[in-house]
Amino acid sequence: MEIKGKIWKFGNDVDTDVIIPARYLNTSDPGELAGHCMEDADPLFAKKVRPGDIIVAGKNFGCGSSREHAPIAIKAAGVSCVIARTFARIFYRNAFNIGLPILESAEAAGKIQEGDEVAVDLEGGIITNITRNETYRATRVPPFMQQIIAAGGLINYVAERMKKRGDT
Amino acid sequence: MGMTITEKILAAHAGRDRVEPGELINVKIDLALGNDITAPVAIREFEKIGVDRVFDRERVVLVPDHFVPNKDIKSAEQSKILKEFARKHGLTHYYEVGRMGIEHCLLPEQGLVGPGDLIIGADSHTCTYGGLGAFSTGVGSTDLAAAMALGETWLKVPESIKFVYYGEMPDWVSGKDLILYTIGRIGVDGALYMAMEFTGPAVEGMSMDGRLTMANMAVEAGAKNGIVAPDGVTRRYVEGRAKRPYVFYASDPDARFAREYHFDVSKMEPAVALPHLPENVRPVSEVLNITIDQAVIGSCTNGRMDDLREAARLLKGRRVNGNVRLIIIPGTQEIYRQAMREGLFEIFLDSGAAISTPTCGPCLGGHMGILAEGERCIATTNRNFVGRMGHPGSEVYLAGPAVAAASAVMGRIAHPREVE
Repeated sequence: MEIKGKIWKFGNDVDTDVIIPARYLNTSDPGELAGHCMEDADPLFAKKVRPGDIIVAGKNFGCGSSREHAPIAIKAAGVSCVIARTFARIFYRNAFNIGLPILESAEAAGKIQEGDEVAVDLEGGIITNITRNETYRATRVPPFMQQIIAAGGLINYVAERMKKRGDT
Repeated sequence: MGMTITEKILAAHAGRDRVEPGELINVKIDLALGNDITAPVAIREFEKIGVDRVFDRERVVLVPDHFVPNKDIKSAEQSKILKEFARKHGLTHYYEVGRMGIEHCLLPEQGLVGPGDLIIGADSHTCTYGGLGAFSTGVGSTDLAAAMALGETWLKVPESIKFVYYGEMPDWVSGKDLILYTIGRIGVDGALYMAMEFTGPAVEGMSMDGRLTMANMAVEAGAKNGIVAPDGVTRRYVEGRAKRPYVFYASDPDARFAREYHFDVSKMEPAVALPHLPENVRPVSEVLNITIDQAVIGSCTNGRMDDLREAARLLKGRRVNGNVRLIIIPGTQEIYRQAMREGLFEIFLDSGAAISTPTCGPCLGGHMGILAEGERCIATTNRNFVGRMGHPGSEVYLAGPAVAAASAVMGRIAHPREVE
């Protein structure tokens, strides 16, 4: 899967209330959530973002609530990948579980600028900044997490396991 | 090499003698929890797995608490999904309005969680039960769905950080002040992916309510879990309450800690976290000039009896400032009744406060106390992010119940001794 897009840059400690404010959590419809994605940081983000675009942020991206609505909103808004220096742990799990690609790279988070054109090789963990002609390496995804991705998300992975156990 | 209490609980639930930090393990869970925001997504995912029942209908707990009593049609539709799922699967622990509470106040009170348990919940403040000596952590809805089917989940064994609190607690300083101080010291990602173990004489001398408050905010430092080793206080709390057998674990003297902090509580004063991160912590005496429009006393952090009693101590015989709305939200029906019995409602009503049925409500900007642009609130809740309690141009200041009550009286952030 090829990931390539324009960069939207955010700072440190982007919290889940900024990603999707709780006032919109009376629904879990991905399309509705996408319309309010990043609203309290940039009210026009959902209108400006184009399919395939990439979010780059600093440390502790996705801190706060466990709401899976946060990665769902980002994914449904058309964002193809989030690159950050670090991720908060519940957001990290949620992103894998719902199939939103995320990569940790301090170098990429530091050097990529808003508006840059960037390509991402997920399997290899290589981030290519087309605008600046630079490449960065991302932290390797643990093998178990790769299995979840290979299965097509946690639900498929669990369904396979339950079949093997003879529960279904 | 010894093990920490967190490692011991994880090992026991993985069917192993020991586990090492960094390992990915599969663990059996004692309880899985969801609420009216997270469970609808979990139920949708659960139904994709293709199983016809949950792993144990007594161990899947659903508590509609965030937007209840339902604030609008959409939230009513969300709550209805929980009710119908609970009925279909015969869940024994589904809590309807009138019999419910804020989930993290309710589960310990009802004895559904106990020492040595391993609990996951689709709510980040599930880490609260660490106050009882349980391993307890927040996950997302899909993880909850998988756990509801399997009765298991996967976890990375966290490294532990040890916090030692010593010295005599000054008057008006509570568990909330200790945890705010701690987050102020280490930052909102200071314990990222790690376990925070709270120890020392000040914690040993603390009530269960105070310990639950401290563990509750471990996630605000990025931690996977917060935990207090169970002791006599724990035993007195769980006896006659626990619905299942429990186990007391403690860290070995030679357990490994990634870091250790020693804090002298006798030098602390009540703390306030300024907008817009819980790490922006100052001693209250440094921020006394900030006027407020609203004060909220409640939430899974500070909606328990100790909190209401402390607020009542300051509000007794005093009036809420004319420019301030004070909203008090007892955490559960049981707490509501107890507060009424002790005469606290009389004190709150005489002071000019509003008393709400249990709900998460304003804490997450849901309902029951939303802020307008430019308004400021002092709250005993746990997060002060941009827009957390309403308009993105509003502000939330986090504090304990004593500072919140004193501030409500003064109309500005106040030290409790100014009112006393």
